[in-house]
Amino acid sequence: MTGFRLAQGGRIDRSRPLSFTFAGRAYRGFAGDTLASALIANDALLVGRSFKYHRPRGIYAAGAEEPNALMQLGVGERTEPNARATQVELYDGLTANAVNAWPSLEWDLGALTGLASGLFVAGFYYKTFMWPPAFWNKVYEPAIRRMAGLGTAPREADPDLYDKVHVHADVLVAGGGPAGLAAALAAAQAGADVLIADEQAELGGSLLSARATLDGWLRATLEELRGMPNVRLLPRTTVFGYYDQNYLCLLERRTDHLGPAAPAGISRQRLWHVRARQVVLATGAHERPLVFAGNDRPGVMLAGAVSTYINRYAVVPGKRAVVFTTNDGGYRTALDLAAAGAQVLAVVDPRPESAGDLPAQAHAQGIEILNGHAVVAASGGKRLDSVSVAKLGGGAARGVVCDLLAVSGGWSPVVHLFSQSQGKLRWDEAKHCFVPGTVTQAQRSAGAANGSFALGAALAEGFAAGAEAAKDAGFGGWRAPEPPEVDDPREAPPLALWQVPGAEGRGKAFVDFQNDVTASDLKLAAREGFESVEHLKRYTTTGMATDQGKTSNVNALAILSDATGRSIPATGTTTFRAPYTPVTYGAMAGRDRGDRLDPIRVTPIHPWHVARGAVFEDVGQWKRPWYYPQGGEDMHAAVRREAKAVRTSLGVLDASTLGKIDVRGPDAAEFLDRIYTNGFRKLGTGRCRYGLMCRDDGMVFDDGVTTRLADDHFFMTTTTGGAARVLEWLEEWLQTEWPHMKVYLTSVTEQWATVSFAGPRAGDVLRELSPALAVDEESFPFLSMREGVVAGLPARIFRISFTGEASYEVNVPSHHGLALWQAVMAAGEKHGITPYGTEAMHVLRAEKGFIIVGQETDGTVTPLDLGMDWIVSKQKDFLGKRSFARPDTSRADRKQLVGLLPADPAEVLPEGAQLVWDAAESPIRMVGHVTSSYWSPNLGRGFALALVKGGRDHHGKTILAPLAGKTVEARIVAPNFLDEGGKPLHG
Amino acid sequence: MADATLFARRRSPLQDHGAALSRGAVSGPRGVTLTEIPHLAQITLRGDPGNTDFLAAVRSALGLDLPLKANTVAAAGDVSALWLGPDEWLIAGAPDSEADLTARLNAALKDQHVSVVDVTANRTVLELAGPSARAVLEKACGLDLRPREFKAGQCAQTNLARTVGILEMTQGGAWRIYVRNSFAVYLADWLLDAMAEYAIDAKF
Repeated sequence: MTGFRLAQGGRIDRSRPLSFTFAGRAYRGFAGDTLASALIANDALLVGRSFKYHRPRGIYAAGAEEPNALMQLGVGERTEPNARATQVELYDGLTANAVNAWPSLEWDLGALTGLASGLFVAGFYYKTFMWPPAFWNKVYEPAIRRMAGLGTAPREADPDLYDKVHVHADVLVAGGGPAGLAAALAAAQAGADVLIADEQAELGGSLLSARATLDGWLRATLEELRGMPNVRLLPRTTVFGYYDQNYLCLLERRTDHLGPAAPAGISRQRLWHVRARQVVLATGAHERPLVFAGNDRPGVMLAGAVSTYINRYAVVPGKRAVVFTTNDGGYRTALDLAAAGAQVLAVVDPRPESAGDLPAQAHAQGIEILNGHAVVAASGGKRLDSVSVAKLGGGAARGVVCDLLAVSGGWSPVVHLFSQSQGKLRWDEAKHCFVPGTVTQAQRSAGAANGSFALGAALAEGFAAGAEAAKDAGFGGWRAPEPPEVDDPREAPPLALWQVPGAEGRGKAFVDFQNDVTASDLKLAAREGFESVEHLKRYTTTGMATDQGKTSNVNALAILSDATGRSIPATGTTTFRAPYTPVTYGAMAGRDRGDRLDPIRVTPIHPWHVARGAVFEDVGQWKRPWYYPQGGEDMHAAVRREAKAVRTSLGVLDASTLGKIDVRGPDAAEFLDRIYTNGFRKLGTGRCRYGLMCRDDGMVFDDGVTTRLADDHFFMTTTTGGAARVLEWLEEWLQTEWPHMKVYLTSVTEQWATVSFAGPRAGDVLRELSPALAVDEESFPFLSMREGVVAGLPARIFRISFTGEASYEVNVPSHHGLALWQAVMAAGEKHGITPYGTEAMHVLRAEKGFIIVGQETDGTVTPLDLGMDWIVSKQKDFLGKRSFARPDTSRADRKQLVGLLPADPAEVLPEGAQLVWDAAESPIRMVGHVTSSYWSPNLGRGFALALVKGGRDHHGKTILAPLAGKTVEARIVAPNFLDEGGKPLHG
Repeated sequence: MADATLFARRRSPLQDHGAALSRGAVSGPRGVTLTEIPHLAQITLRGDPGNTDFLAAVRSALGLDLPLKANTVAAAGDVSALWLGPDEWLIAGAPDSEADLTARLNAALKDQHVSVVDVTANRTVLELAGPSARAVLEKACGLDLRPREFKAGQCAQTNLARTVGILEMTQGGAWRIYVRNSFAVYLADWLLDAMAEYAIDAKF
């Protein structure tokens, strides 16, 4: 028994004991513990196996930088992989397992790979598993993945709620340590709206880990901030991404800490999208490990983490401790250990002397200080049992029996967010770390994140940064309060010791713990020519684990710089990328799941379709009735019945989704002439015309019927899916190319509901519903519009047809859409009126050879390819016209629209089927594809539309569609399967 | 006044959603309510704001000065004009007044190059009110909705829960959302879902 809980002290609540399990064993902890601190209190320091060598690993840090203690939390649908035990708040009933302990934590086969570790050097994936090639997918990779393991994703749907919010702040402060709190206070007192986020449950940052805290100041500051209406405090919230224009993303863990006790209906996690006028980065610093043989043994920990465990959580990770430090900070840990009752056997300090106040205090307490020494090796299996200490520059090593080694290789400011914001880093030669250099956004760094590690300096910087941020956000004229009095110890300069000399040959010295990358891997990579830090990273995988190299990056590039003889700044860093710590997919999805995956649009007649049992098809965001099955009909039977009814009697379609644009102004006719390939200037008032639009490249873009309501007033319809982009296209031309044209456009898509009834009985229904309207051929000819009253409702009635049958499209204001539909259904009842869906509509229009933009066209098809030269004006100019003069648009072998009749009438070709002349050829030449294909009840056979190279010259020929298992023969015909009177063409 | 029978035959997109809207209402200090204001008269007006004849004609027709400042609203009686673009306004009025408003505008603007289009049936209006209304809206909308930035008499066309809408803050501090009819049920359900947490009295 080495790790233990202190009887008093710390910030845990001893009155609230909690039970949890780790690796199947039950443990106890207290409210306020993290999973890591509770494990240490139970002397369960061993928390996993390493990624490659399966070496035993223990808790190493106390925060986000933890590389070893990766947990699989929970079970079943709520299980979550790769949680850092150091950041998991303990709750009653928590269950955790090591993510990487195959086949078990205590004893595993994988450790054998440690004996064969010559195989696993830098680039081992590339070198070892190259041959035979087929083995990679089937043998090597699955085996490696199983052994390496990175936790298990749940297979079930996530039962929890997640949501998102979008907020704006004058000042966003990232980090709630002393500098962040000072900044928030100063900015808030100046009157700015302040949002301060910290990843921990409790704000205070490093103050929570220190013995000599500013407890009074912390309490007073938090109380003041909580009382201010312009301040939002966000504990348990990680600022994980920093994007352009001071746009930042935060992940708030709202109820994770409650486990099963989380209230229902409250989102588990919330993603914050924040736009901040000013940002203060007070993200603190991470301590760096020291690189020596066996530096990964469980029981080797970061010194600052040891102090945190003792002071904040009242747990002592070991009883016999050695401290190995390159700076005065390690002495603070030695003093903390001594105060907690652990035996501090020595402070090993490679500096020739230790002149600061803290070493003096340690010396005064009788702690042995070994200046000019280093720990060259640590040994032990599942727990550290001793370290070897040797004088730098030679000399025999002496062993020290111990169960805890606290190490400090100096501190690296957490510059992740700064770097994500495109700020440039600067290497500080005195402090041996990267600090924020050139700032590129409205932002400032403060405290340890800025390289100001001493508390007094951090507070002063925080207050100044907050006041300046507020001023720059428009809240000047306020003088920041004086920072509290702090008695920082005098410190001697730290030493840079990137790799302990004399450790070679004593065993593996790890740099990246999570990805098992050693110092010799890095040197080997450099010798092999991977001298760029970006290459080194990818070749050795250093810094590429889920911890993103928080403890390893600086050490790795320092070792690389040493191996290549360049300075550290010349070696450079790799890119910091969001997220700072992993973000759940649930939070990124938010509420955009299930029915909310995409907005759902419905027509005013939708409730009727639902009641009628329609099956819906998604057309863009619209739900359109696809077909209306009756009495157990399948889709084919329903579509057959619906399509037949339109040709023989009467069908009705909800066409409300068509795009509609009101075009008004003295230049409206001229404008339409330029937009459509055909002319509209001569269109008479009250007349309708089908029009085709091309983009400037001459490719078909949209189509629809446009009606002249008055001399200067048109009503345009577009395809359902094209409504928005057509309006944008028209506005673009009006606003940017032809601003002199007097035309106004207004979207009226949803102003009008459209009920389209078609078939031989259509006229009868209109006569009944609109007795005052003359419906005869002469008074109301094809392609005209009348305003009138239908079923008592003011309406526009269009005589147009997309089916080839007599057909009326009645438009009424959409609040009357359902009333109109019901009236049409009632009037049509005696004619057996049949509501039909989009599928029957497709069959009917395809029988007639009418195209659908987006089905027969794909942005590479011209009107001429479709055989629609009749609609392309030779007299006037229009968008796309000039492109028809390009050689490519007049090639004889362009794909052209044809009809297909399969040799076997029962055959229905699959849409998208490739078409060939010769199926025996190799390689087979594709000459076209099927664009639409249906079974027609009116033709009594399958038929299709297709695009075929030079297709119009091949009418009558047989073409082949090679399908899985068979090749279908089809005859090429003209793309119209009905005669002029709408009767089926046979043969 | 148009035909009362015709008005009675109107159906608003959320006509069948009343029970869901009532169920979703939250009272108390964290309260928030969502209601539909159906059939508000709406007219899209396009014209040249640099033309004083145009502005004068609109003033004579509606009794208000069209707002020329972006994203602001002018009101006179129950008629208001929302700035939607440099040459585009939404005129909103009491239910069933669209024919009257259209006629007044058309008469006053005769012979001018303008566009007066009745879009009453294009959108319905949702009203979100209560202490938590802004928090609910912040889930749906990326605009700066802080009281200092979005005040009564302001409006904006914006994305809302991945639909588009016109957002207006009323003099009473409630949010009006003009949403296309086809999206109304989706958006109402989205907002009701976002409101649900405020009904839960849980400490966490």
